[in-house]
Amino acid sequence: MLGLYPKAAALAQGPQQVALAPTDFIRIAPNGIVTLTAKNTEIGQNILNTLPMLMAEELDVDWKDVRIVRADADNKYGNQFTGGSTATPANWVPMRQVGAAGRHMLIAAAANTWGVAESECSTASGRVHHKTSNRSLGYGELATKAATMPAPDFRTLKLKDPKDYKIIGTSTVSVENKDIVTGKPIFGIDVKVPGMLYAVMQRTPVLGGKAVSANLDAIKALKGVKHAFIVEGRPLRSDYPNYLFEDPGFESGVAIVADSWRAAQSAREKLEVKWDSGKWGAQDSVENAKKAGELSKQTPMRTLRQDGEVEAVFKRADVKALEANYMIPFIAHGTMEPQNCTAHFKDGKLEVWSTSQIPQPGRTATAQLLGLRESDVTVHMVRGGGGFGRRAYNDIMLDAAWISKQVNAPIKLVWSREDDIQHDYYRCGGFQFMKGAVDKDGKLVAWHDHFVAYGEGNAFAHDGGFQPGEFPVRFVPNYRVQSSVMGLGLKTGALRAPYSNSTAWVIQSFIDELAHAAGKDPLQFRLDLLATTPLPLGQREQGLDAARMIGVIKLVAEKSGWGKRNFPKGQALGVAFHFSHRGYFAEVADVSVAANKKIKVNKVWVAADVGSHIINPSSAETQVQGAVIDGLSEMI
Amino acid sequence: MIKLKVNGKNQQFDGDPEMPLLWVLRDELDLKGTKFGCGMGLCGACTVHLNGKPMRSCSTPVSAAANATVTTIEGISPDGSHPVQVAWQELDVPQCGYCQAGQIMSACALLAKTSKPTDADIDAAMNGNLCRCGTYLRLRAAIHKAAEAMPAKALVKAEDKPATKATRSGARLLPNKK
Repeated sequence: MLGLYPKAAALAQGPQQVALAPTDFIRIAPNGIVTLTAKNTEIGQNILNTLPMLMAEELDVDWKDVRIVRADADNKYGNQFTGGSTATPANWVPMRQVGAAGRHMLIAAAANTWGVAESECSTASGRVHHKTSNRSLGYGELATKAATMPAPDFRTLKLKDPKDYKIIGTSTVSVENKDIVTGKPIFGIDVKVPGMLYAVMQRTPVLGGKAVSANLDAIKALKGVKHAFIVEGRPLRSDYPNYLFEDPGFESGVAIVADSWRAAQSAREKLEVKWDSGKWGAQDSVENAKKAGELSKQTPMRTLRQDGEVEAVFKRADVKALEANYMIPFIAHGTMEPQNCTAHFKDGKLEVWSTSQIPQPGRTATAQLLGLRESDVTVHMVRGGGGFGRRAYNDIMLDAAWISKQVNAPIKLVWSREDDIQHDYYRCGGFQFMKGAVDKDGKLVAWHDHFVAYGEGNAFAHDGGFQPGEFPVRFVPNYRVQSSVMGLGLKTGALRAPYSNSTAWVIQSFIDELAHAAGKDPLQFRLDLLATTPLPLGQREQGLDAARMIGVIKLVAEKSGWGKRNFPKGQALGVAFHFSHRGYFAEVADVSVAANKKIKVNKVWVAADVGSHIINPSSAETQVQGAVIDGLSEMI
Repeated sequence: MIKLKVNGKNQQFDGDPEMPLLWVLRDELDLKGTKFGCGMGLCGACTVHLNGKPMRSCSTPVSAAANATVTTIEGISPDGSHPVQVAWQELDVPQCGYCQAGQIMSACALLAKTSKPTDADIDAAMNGNLCRCGTYLRLRAAIHKAAEAMPAKALVKAEDKPATKATRSGARLLPNKK
């Protein structure tokens, strides 16, 4: 069931395949109020509701009787990875199993109390019923006994028939809405610990650079400043690591700790640092673009997939060939809440308040950095003001923990907006040099992509490579994707829908160019392409199901009135589709271009197929609306 | 010594008069509802009312608020019962929620001035408040909904007199374990 994004899917499945204990997730008070533990990070996707909804459904309780608490980072909760669009699908089965196991234990307690067979008992709205004797007991009355019942083997549990769902598929508003609209201190940046100091960090402006010296004495003399010191940092384990797990990076810089954030931040204006900028000090984005152009003219370094004979088709007289080049910029995540983390090192133990999307690896990395046992590190999960992948990187947890240990006090490290943009794990840039050909019937017969990316040898920069199986591979008889790489001294990472957020634009734009060259309606051109019998999938490739994609394209065509509407000059509809992270999406945009070339997007229709169930329609709708706006913002 | 009234309470501040109001609110008065987004008045997350008008507290020195009345998100209503807050909850406007205090402050200021705003009025008034999650559609719907719930006469005193009570039939969140 874990489909497309192979790396994230693998991460979400393991390493911790632990047996979940229902009692770690479910607590029931004597009055029947059920407290469920939400184990994943809330960053605006409403996972705080989603996973408890799954448990509540199978536990068979009313949503109004549910209360929710956040988990700390702890392997007993299974994998708490919140990224790669996996938090919901990876937990769809286990969270329902936890709820069903809890229900099973409550039934066992009731059957034991009454001396009847479990099979004669049923449940509804937080009560166990024995119909034949007309008896019933509330979950609150059974909870103590139920907790002593053995947890059933999850594999033996029978889950509800979807037609009986009462919670799954029903919109629930975020349990934190009231706290949000009344300004309660619920975000990472709001955390307060008694005796807490405030920290800022001036990090090396270049990846791999080092702070050699700084006017620390002058800084320490400033009002409010308590500590100022150089952080040596640690070299990366490789030039292009997977920053999620191999190493989030512990960079060199200067830490300033003061009695207020304002004092610490103001002190930076007086800070003078001598940097050794290391091997990337002279890198230049204009030079990189120039180099990409040169590489595009040379023989590509690697061939990632090849079908048929692309070059032979381009030489044919009866095809129309065209070229297009696409430049993918680096993009920072720009979460509304700047990165921050609160850490308290005391007596050899560390307590952390974090908005991390992957708190467990953060806990591991932090323990290693400080030379602690993992059991001596407690990571509390706090609501994050937006994630989009940025909070999947635990660099700020390392910094905060290190600073707290150095000053032996609780500290809150808060980045300025400038820090946040300068020290991001950017959506990796790249260059795609495309060539395609359509035959005299308007059929796409050849597709060539020379992807000039960043990396070295066979290694691409983190999340800056090419996704195996990316459409239109398998659907074009003569297809070739090749790559060349050049060096990069920037941290790169996952931005909402990694890979897709750049390749969808490149591929769908080029398909549009080819449709125009073929003289075909761009929507019909896409349907024709998907109607081709696909070639087999290669190793490690994840492919789309053409029938499902055709389904969403036809739906969006119908809803948008594709081909049936007349527009004034300068206004038209455009279409695109993409398969990403197990989801099938097709969109139509109504766009106007003014005489001065100013573009206005008037309306966007989205058709989506994300599987058998929408768990919380309210959240699903708002995620789609937000994603469209996010996409437009990245493009314009 | 700078004197100001915050959410109806007299306060005084004897630190750096150039300190942005945002940090006085957040770290001196412990009113964490007002958010730090950019520190340059570009995103609107720090919006509060200064003498009833929306302004960016991150780029306003506390000295500019001397003898003034400041209202923050905590002062809109004690219990989330202001029609704007009610509409926000019912329409499930927030995603991450970080910008929403600023959005609500701008929305309240708009409704105090224009009781039945059009889409264009809303777009113009809310233009300076960014939402990275892209909640703009629901946000606009919620302002219309709040406008309907607010009798025109009550608008003047909207901040002290909630018109409707928030309904909450769903699950609730419990505080983090300490």
